[in-house]
Amino acid sequence: MKRLAWIAFATAITLFLQGCAGWQSALDPKGPAASELAWLIWFFTGLCAVVWVLVMIALAVPLTMRPRLHAEPLVIDAGAENRKLRVVMTAVGLTAVILVGLTLLSFFANRTLAAIGSDTALTIRVTGHQWWWEVRYEDATPSRILTTANEIHIPAGEPVRLLLTSTDVIHSFWVPSLSGKLDLIPGRMNVLDIKADKPGIYRGQCAEFCGAQHANMGTFIIAEPRAKFDAWWNDQLQPAAAPTSDEAKAGENLFLKRPCVMCHKIGGTPAGGTVAPDLTHIASRQTLAAGTLTMSRGNLAAWIADPQGVKPGSHMPVVDLSGDELNAIVAYLEGLK
Amino acid sequence: MSSADLTSERDLPSEREASAKGDIAPERDGPRDTGIDDASLHRWLARTWRTPPGIIGALSSVDHKVIARRYLITAFLFLCLGGLNAVVMRIQLSGPQRGLVGPDLYNQLFTMHGVTMMFLFAVPIVQATGIYLVPLMVGTRNIAFPRLNAFSYWVYVSGGLFAWVSFALAMAPDVGWFAYVPLSGPEYGPGKRADVWAQMITYTEVSSLAVAVATVVTVFKQRAPGMSLDKIPLFVWALLVTSFVVIFAMPAVMITSTFLILDRLVGTHIFNPAEGGDALLFQHLFWFFGHPEVYIIFLPATGMVSAIIPAFARRPAFGHLGLVLSLIAVGFLSFGLWVHHMFATGLPKLGASFFTASSMLIAIPNGVQIFCWLATLWDGRPVIRTPLLFVFGFFFTFVIGGLTGVMLASVPLDLQVHDTYFVVAHFHYVLIGGSVFPLLGAAYFWFPKITGRMMSERLGRWHFWLAMIGFNAAFFPMHIVGLWGMPRRVYTYPAELGWGNINLFISAGAVLFFLSFVLFAFNLVHGALRGAPAGDNPWDAGTLEWATSSPPPSYNFARIPVVTNVEPLWAERGALPVATGLRVDVRELLVSTVAEAHPDIREKSATPSIWPLLAAIAVGATFLYSIFTPWAIVWGAAPIAVTLVGWFWPKGDPEDEE
Repeated sequence: MKRLAWIAFATAITLFLQGCAGWQSALDPKGPAASELAWLIWFFTGLCAVVWVLVMIALAVPLTMRPRLHAEPLVIDAGAENRKLRVVMTAVGLTAVILVGLTLLSFFANRTLAAIGSDTALTIRVTGHQWWWEVRYEDATPSRILTTANEIHIPAGEPVRLLLTSTDVIHSFWVPSLSGKLDLIPGRMNVLDIKADKPGIYRGQCAEFCGAQHANMGTFIIAEPRAKFDAWWNDQLQPAAAPTSDEAKAGENLFLKRPCVMCHKIGGTPAGGTVAPDLTHIASRQTLAAGTLTMSRGNLAAWIADPQGVKPGSHMPVVDLSGDELNAIVAYLEGLK
Repeated sequence: MSSADLTSERDLPSEREASAKGDIAPERDGPRDTGIDDASLHRWLARTWRTPPGIIGALSSVDHKVIARRYLITAFLFLCLGGLNAVVMRIQLSGPQRGLVGPDLYNQLFTMHGVTMMFLFAVPIVQATGIYLVPLMVGTRNIAFPRLNAFSYWVYVSGGLFAWVSFALAMAPDVGWFAYVPLSGPEYGPGKRADVWAQMITYTEVSSLAVAVATVVTVFKQRAPGMSLDKIPLFVWALLVTSFVVIFAMPAVMITSTFLILDRLVGTHIFNPAEGGDALLFQHLFWFFGHPEVYIIFLPATGMVSAIIPAFARRPAFGHLGLVLSLIAVGFLSFGLWVHHMFATGLPKLGASFFTASSMLIAIPNGVQIFCWLATLWDGRPVIRTPLLFVFGFFFTFVIGGLTGVMLASVPLDLQVHDTYFVVAHFHYVLIGGSVFPLLGAAYFWFPKITGRMMSERLGRWHFWLAMIGFNAAFFPMHIVGLWGMPRRVYTYPAELGWGNINLFISAGAVLFFLSFVLFAFNLVHGALRGAPAGDNPWDAGTLEWATSSPPPSYNFARIPVVTNVEPLWAERGALPVATGLRVDVRELLVSTVAEAHPDIREKSATPSIWPLLAAIAVGATFLYSIFTPWAIVWGAAPIAVTLVGWFWPKGDPEDEE
């Protein structure tokens, strides 16, 4: 049985080392907040491990002693009791000291985290929906306000302020390699400041149970150099690309005639729905349906043809389309870079 | 006290005073246990205290041991159902994008797993252990308010059936065991699912409150003469503190579930932010109950540990007073840390930091308990039997759970691990490590008392190792996968996140852990049918429940024991002093004073009655109907009133007429 335990232990360690390269991991920090937190996690873990080992040693000690079988249970050695009392009091004292230390440590870590957002130039409003993220870039100039979905581009190396709220149920925004999580609560506005040290793509997902498709409510933070970020913003402000091929033109017509138009917006066309993700530049995004599928022609077709198969319970309805119609709409959307 | 050798009778000192004061007029007196030979005493008491024969008789029983046995068996069945839920979930999660169950069923599964384990297994089973043992440990004949106790069982059963029938009809709650609004509110929780959650909570908490009240009164007023506060066994202290926590915590959740059902059925907007309500209010109310709930489950388990360790370390618990004060401190502090479940909601930083400090603080009394138990074990090699093995398992796992609890108490750290598998690992280490392992130890420890037979020691050891390995294999890696970013309550996950292997490992551990319970069930049945006869006191333990026969007679003790020590059976080897003077032809208890346990008065104890069952049916039907219309409360009031009138109808006893 001991061997079994060792095999289990060894397997656990191997699995542990394997997974450390994860891209949605609190142990793989890519920003100042997550780095501070990863340090805190390791420190707490180390200290707790030491305490645990000490308790286990204390538990193992009597197993090495001789049995106390024949002694009368009520006959207690007063001297030994006093020694024990001193040991117990010392242990309690040490516990208190450790706890005070950890409390102070977590208090100062909190201050460090709060300092990250002291001068944010960019504010992004993130609104949770069942089961996708609406992302709105705020700007003093109304024409520069930008709405997109699920993917949040930010300039690398700069602190960014996220305003978090929800229009339906409670969600929680969590990109572990950048920061801890914060809830999106209807009727409230929470503020989360994040910063990515380097350009990269950081995955996150909803962390508060929000219904049927809680599992498929992913998001990506895409950190880019400032110039590239500015260029991206300008591109996104442009209206949708006009379809070029006949098939895509047919697709645009179909999109505007079918129920799609009731919920989705495509800038530069009459489609102005706001209850579902903005599709003006959908083909420039990396995933579909909040991280459920990677962006590709095949996946677009699969998602439109069978949304309830891809993401059961989602609010995207099945729209009755023939094969040709489906292809046309996919061709149109695929062009919306 | 099955034998006739316990002869050092002492008359009740105040018994004479009571008669002299004329509390009970002599002409109404029947035969008493003074000056009666043992054989006829047993005959009298057996006839007076028996549960009537037949089905109606069985349903009318008010014997605390009968009720407790039913509670224990029912709670164990719910444990099996909740465990099966978990196995299905683990198979679904054993690899990325598996299709065994869809999101709709998965969400029902984890909700049912949570509510079953919390409300239908954990709380009832610890309370049931108390219902069985507290009257025996304090040396009385029955629990206080025996009919209320019977009523509580029937309400509990109807609540459990209600939840599981709705699951069978695919209309079980799918909003998680804490059912946050607005997800469970009228707009986003269509159908009857959240209503089932709300009313099922109310049912089980009614039952839980009834047991808590009965336990408090039993401990305060029915202790054997001489059992002053400092001589109350630690297990009884634990149940007493737990009962107070129940009394103060449960109303909060009943208010929560009632507000929710008002929002859903009556059209109030208590939790609706669009109409001036507040979604976070729900969380505050829920966790004001929800955190003490953890201690409602954990404190009785500490009582079990405090009972098992002295028996096998062969000495009284070290630091008895410290252990009692820790229990009380934990009971108080448990109400001051609910906000650490809500750190991610964006609370003001100063307020959150206060709850970091209070959450850290509760580690101190818990630490005191751990250190005292360790010190108790330090007098020499303890006798290692299955109950003690499970206590060792408790130390091994619960300390991990406690330490990860310290990690979660830190606001910034919590923001990374909150609502991830790290938290799932943490609370399973606390609840299974801290409560289920002691419960399993307690099952092996008290099984001989309940059935008169021993469970197999060999199977017990197999069970222990299987459970330890399965449990740790299933739950330890969850800490890691949580830190890797896996949120809880997801029915699937993408392959590219690399969580597949570790989840497969977790699922294998979970199946192993489940199998350990199959082995346990086999050992229970085998022990009950074929186990070696246990005798009165197989472990040579020191508390009063071991003074009577195994299983105990319906009247528990032929003569009420007099307590001179916290471990009375160790202090009075062979001949326990007894108090006499109770009537034998009617159900009579000895009521004693709160602090010193001086005998005070003789009090009637309720006789068997079918009315508690009928009242529970009326209450259950009202709750069930109320998920369809609020008018159910109006229509249901009539049958409830009828059953209560029947329940309390005067019996024409002389006392009633005074």
